[in-house]
Amino acid sequence: MKLPGVKDFSWREVGTEARLLLIGIPVFLWTMIPIYHMFLFAISPKEDAFSGKLWPDHPTLHNFEIVFKQQHYFLRDFYIQFWNSVVIAASVGVLTLFIATAAAFSISRLKVPGGRVVLNLALFTYFIPAAFLAVPMYRTMGNYGLLNNHWSLILAMVTIASPYAIWVLKQASDKLPVELDEAAVMDGATTLQIFRLVYLPLMMPSLVAIGTYAVLLAWNEYLYAFLLLSNDREITLPVALGNFLAADDSPWELLMTTGFIYALPPAAVYYAFRRYMVGGLTAGAVKS
Amino acid sequence: MAITLSGDQALPGPPLSSRLTPAQVWGIVLLAPYLLVFLAFVVYPVCYGLWLARAPANYVALYNDPIFARAAVNTLIFLVIGINIKMLIALFLSGFFAVQRPWIKWLSVIFILPWAVPSIPTILSVRFMLNPEWGMVNHFIFSLTGDDGPNWLNDPTVALTMAIAVHIWKSLPFWTLILITGRLAISHDLFEAAEVDGASWWQKFRYITWPSMQTLYVTCTLLSMIWTLGDFNSVYLLTGGGPADLTHVLSTLGIRYLRLDQLSLAMASIVCAMPFVLPLVYFMMKRLSR
Repeated sequence: MKLPGVKDFSWREVGTEARLLLIGIPVFLWTMIPIYHMFLFAISPKEDAFSGKLWPDHPTLHNFEIVFKQQHYFLRDFYIQFWNSVVIAASVGVLTLFIATAAAFSISRLKVPGGRVVLNLALFTYFIPAAFLAVPMYRTMGNYGLLNNHWSLILAMVTIASPYAIWVLKQASDKLPVELDEAAVMDGATTLQIFRLVYLPLMMPSLVAIGTYAVLLAWNEYLYAFLLLSNDREITLPVALGNFLAADDSPWELLMTTGFIYALPPAAVYYAFRRYMVGGLTAGAVKS
Repeated sequence: MAITLSGDQALPGPPLSSRLTPAQVWGIVLLAPYLLVFLAFVVYPVCYGLWLARAPANYVALYNDPIFARAAVNTLIFLVIGINIKMLIALFLSGFFAVQRPWIKWLSVIFILPWAVPSIPTILSVRFMLNPEWGMVNHFIFSLTGDDGPNWLNDPTVALTMAIAVHIWKSLPFWTLILITGRLAISHDLFEAAEVDGASWWQKFRYITWPSMQTLYVTCTLLSMIWTLGDFNSVYLLTGGGPADLTHVLSTLGIRYLRLDQLSLAMASIVCAMPFVLPLVYFMMKRLSR
């Protein structure tokens, strides 16, 4: 009586595992194929890349050499474009953190009059699709005389990143006990001291999450970057990648190599801060 | 330093200082940077854009432009079919990733990659894979059947389907992650009790999982619809709106008008989308600001 029962149980186990694999393998292939394809092109000489092979006959790092030595027409400003991306992403991160932390502190801890209204306006902006705002934003930057200036992209990305940043930080700071502020006031702390010595240290995990969010958003942005910047030495890397397509015989192996280099930093940042990202962002992203 | 500054600002009139405490003055000072950004880069552009789109002639021109009608239909297909398929897959996969296995844990780390890497290089990678002559997909089809594969991006229906697939590839991990969080929040006792009662897989989903997740699921679907309206990259980088401008969606169409220097048409096309966007936004704000 016992034996068939055991056997039956293990067969069911095998069935479950098989079914899990039947889902897992397609999920793995679906996720990895476009990324593997990019990697494959990066390590293939041109002939191999265009032959549709799953692994090149002669894998090579030559493409990387061409990119790093800027030995192609499309790549002659590679370093300066990479640097533009770095500067813009870092500036957006710092400015967003500054603006959003100040606003969240003001709304959540200081209970500034009208704070609720500002929060709702910010939330409203968060829901306006970014591509819709891009059209009037382009014209506005022209009116301000900022087109082709890094500030236009930095300010546009801060505008887009701030609402969500404020909202997440406000949620996080609401959770800090009011007694902390009261105790600090008793001890004679000024508002600025509370902000600097009590509030900022306690908010650190959320600040890391929001800083990462803003930096990645700016690094990855394509639409605004290509609208607002056009000069070859002012554009960011994604715009340069898009410009590869202007030619009929685009050097796709170099395009994929550059794209691979461009994709590495955000992937690394994401995985390094994954703990914060998952905790800080998904909790705030959708509160049911 | 802090006290003198807040004291100074509270000085001008006794009524003001009696109404505002130093802390509230600081509150206004700290809120000011965001308000400035909001006024300069949201309020002014939106008002200016609406001003540009005021002439009824713009809407007549849009109505007469077959590309606009096509883009509106494409957008609807993208939202109604694309997003619902995506969310159903996400719901399904959230159950898969909730299963406790070491290899599934590893797979979930890999699964996030499309979300973690920028979309430009990966979408361009897909674009080349679909190249009719040299792309990997058609090479594969040729080696299997000996026939030439289809010219993927040259057929508007197939091209739009591929754009939706790229969108799903990119954003599926994010929504799956959120639905996993929702699923893990359900008390495990409920499932154990159901197990004891001999509930089937479907019954467990129908009577435990779904009731606790449906609010989250609907919120996610609506939010994803709003954001997908602004998904410019999936279409623009894969098809460029082609062939013959038949795969545009509203977000790429607005940019197309902008590049053709028809700014008022671009704004008018966005204004036309507002009757659909604003109710969704209103609904989301109600949900989130509770």
